[in-house]
Amino acid sequence: MTALLEVKNLSKSFGGLVAVNNVSFALEAGRITALIGPNGAGKTTCFNLVAGAMRPTSGQVVFDGHPIENAPPELVCRMGIARTFQIVRPMRDMSVLENAMVGAFSWTRSVDEARSTAYESLESVGLAGKANARTDQLTLPDRKMLETAKALSTRPRLLLLDEVMAGLRPTEAAGVVRVLRKLAEGGLTILLVEHVMRIVMEVASRVVVLHHGAKIAEGRPEEVVADPMVLESYLGAGFHA
Amino acid sequence: MKRWLAGGSVLVVLALVGALASPYLISLLTIVLLFTFLGQSWNLMLGIGGQLSIGHALFVGLGAYSVALLDVKYGVSPWIGLLLGMVIAGSAGAVLAWLSFRFEVRGIYFALLTIAAAEFARIMFGGWEFVGAMQGLFFPAPTGAIDISMLRGDARFYYFIALALAALGIVGTEMISRSYFGYVWRAMRDDEQAARALGVRAFRHKILVIAISAATAAVGGGILALVQGSIFPDSIMGMGLSVDVLIGPVVGGLGTTFGPLVGSLAAIPLNHLMSALGDCLRIPGLNSIAYGVVLVLVVWFLPDGIWPAIVRLGKAVQLPSRLWLLQPRKAEE
Repeated sequence: MTALLEVKNLSKSFGGLVAVNNVSFALEAGRITALIGPNGAGKTTCFNLVAGAMRPTSGQVVFDGHPIENAPPELVCRMGIARTFQIVRPMRDMSVLENAMVGAFSWTRSVDEARSTAYESLESVGLAGKANARTDQLTLPDRKMLETAKALSTRPRLLLLDEVMAGLRPTEAAGVVRVLRKLAEGGLTILLVEHVMRIVMEVASRVVVLHHGAKIAEGRPEEVVADPMVLESYLGAGFHA
Repeated sequence: MKRWLAGGSVLVVLALVGALASPYLISLLTIVLLFTFLGQSWNLMLGIGGQLSIGHALFVGLGAYSVALLDVKYGVSPWIGLLLGMVIAGSAGAVLAWLSFRFEVRGIYFALLTIAAAEFARIMFGGWEFVGAMQGLFFPAPTGAIDISMLRGDARFYYFIALALAALGIVGTEMISRSYFGYVWRAMRDDEQAARALGVRAFRHKILVIAISAATAAVGGGILALVQGSIFPDSIMGMGLSVDVLIGPVVGGLGTTFGPLVGSLAAIPLNHLMSALGDCLRIPGLNSIAYGVVLVLVVWFLPDGIWPAIVRLGKAVQLPSRLWLLQPRKAEE
C-alpha cells in the first residue's frame, strides 16, 4: 500500500474545546476514503487541517512525503490537493465556465488552456452543457458538482470533498456517486467527508470514523458498520445490532 | 461586440468634439476624460481586484508632484516625471498593501488606511518647503506652442492627450479583464477564501493589483497637473479628489470597462453646471448637493450603475418581443 497522504497524531483545540484529538490515518492512492461521524465529531475541522485552512495545535500532515500542516491553502492546492466547500461558493459575477477556469490558473497562465481544462472538468461532472449559464441559475446538485469541477481544474492528485451529497435527493446523490467512481478509476485519490452513511457504504473503499474528535474505528465499510463503537456513536449507547 | 461598437462610437464622437468644440467645452471634457482614466485606475482596484480605496488622491498626488517637481525645479521632461511618478506611487501602493495585509487589515479597514495615508501625505507635502508647501508649484505659463517632449501645448492638445489616455484605459482594462489576471482577481474579489483554495496566491495578487492601480493613477495625476498648470497639496491630495475619482465608476458601473467613462460624462458636467447655477442663484454648494442627489438616485434606481443599464436596454431593443420593462431584472442579464 502506498499512502499519498498521512495524518499523524493530529490535534486541534479551540480554547478549551478539543475538536480533533490525536487522529491518525492514511489515504491510499487511487482510492476513495470516507471520513464519517455524527454531528460535531470533528470531520470538517479535520478536513480543514488537511486543506491548509487551519493549522493544527499538534501533529503532522504529510502529503507525498512533504509535511504540509503549516502550509497556507493556496500552497496546499498547488502541491496537488484540491478541496470543495460544504457551503457552495460560486463566484457570483462569473459564468459556470469562468468559475471552473480559476483553478487551472494555479498551473497555467494561458487563458485558452484554462478554458479547455475547465471544459474537461465540467464534462467529467456532467455540467458541460451549462458552461455558459450563470451560477445563480444552477440547481443545488449542479452547484455542488460545479464545486467539484472547480477543484478538478487545479489538476489535483488528491480531491477533498466536504459533504458534496448533503441535501441531495437519492437519485441526485446516485449521480454524484457515479461521477466520483469514474474519477477514482481515473487514478484520483478522494477523501470524502460525509454525514450520510448509506452513500459512504456505496462509494468508499475505506472508512475512518470520528467521534468527539477522536478516531474510533477504521476499516472497510462493512467492517465499520458492524463495529459496536460506531453503532453506539451514531445511535446512542445501549443499541446493539 | 455591440458594446464595443457603442463605446467606440462614443470615442469617435469625442474625437470629433475635440476638433470642433469651443475652448470651454474642450477644457471641461479634458477633465471628464482625465477623471475617466483615474476612475478606470480606481475601478481596476475595487471593481476587479476587490480592494476599496478612498484615498486614491495619494497616488494621484504623488504622480502630480513627480511631474511638477522635475519639470518646474529641474526642467526635466514630464515623460520622465510620469515614469518616476508610476514607480513612486506603485511602490507606495505596494508598501501600503503589504503592511496592511501582512497584519490582516482588510476590507473597510484597509479603505480607512488609504484615507489615513492620503491625509498624511497631504499634510506632509503642505509643510514641506522643497515641494512648495501650501503655496504649491506652478508650471511655466503656456505659450500655446505644442511641444510633445515637454508635453506642453494648448487646450486642444491636452484634450487629445486625455482622450488617448481614456482610450488606453479602456483597452487596458479590457485586456486585463480577459487575461489570467482578470480571472484570478475577480475570483479573489468574489470570495478570497474560495480563491485561495483554488491556488490563487491572494496576498501577492492584492499587492499587485493595488500597485498597478496606484501607478496608473499617478499617470492621470501627472497629466492633471500639467492641464491645471499648478498644484496644491489640498486639492491634488485632498479627500475631495479621492471622492471625485470614485464618482465616475460608481455612477457609471463598478467593474465594467465603459462605466468610468459614462459615469464621468454624466457627473462632472453636472457638477460644473450646478456650480454655475449656484453662482447665478447665489446658492453656494449647489454642486455638492446635486452630486449627492445624483449619487443617491443612481444607487437607488440603477444599483449596478448607468452602463449596465444601457447594456440591458441594448439587449432589450434587440429583442423587442420580450417586453423588457415587464421582465424581472435578473432575466435581462
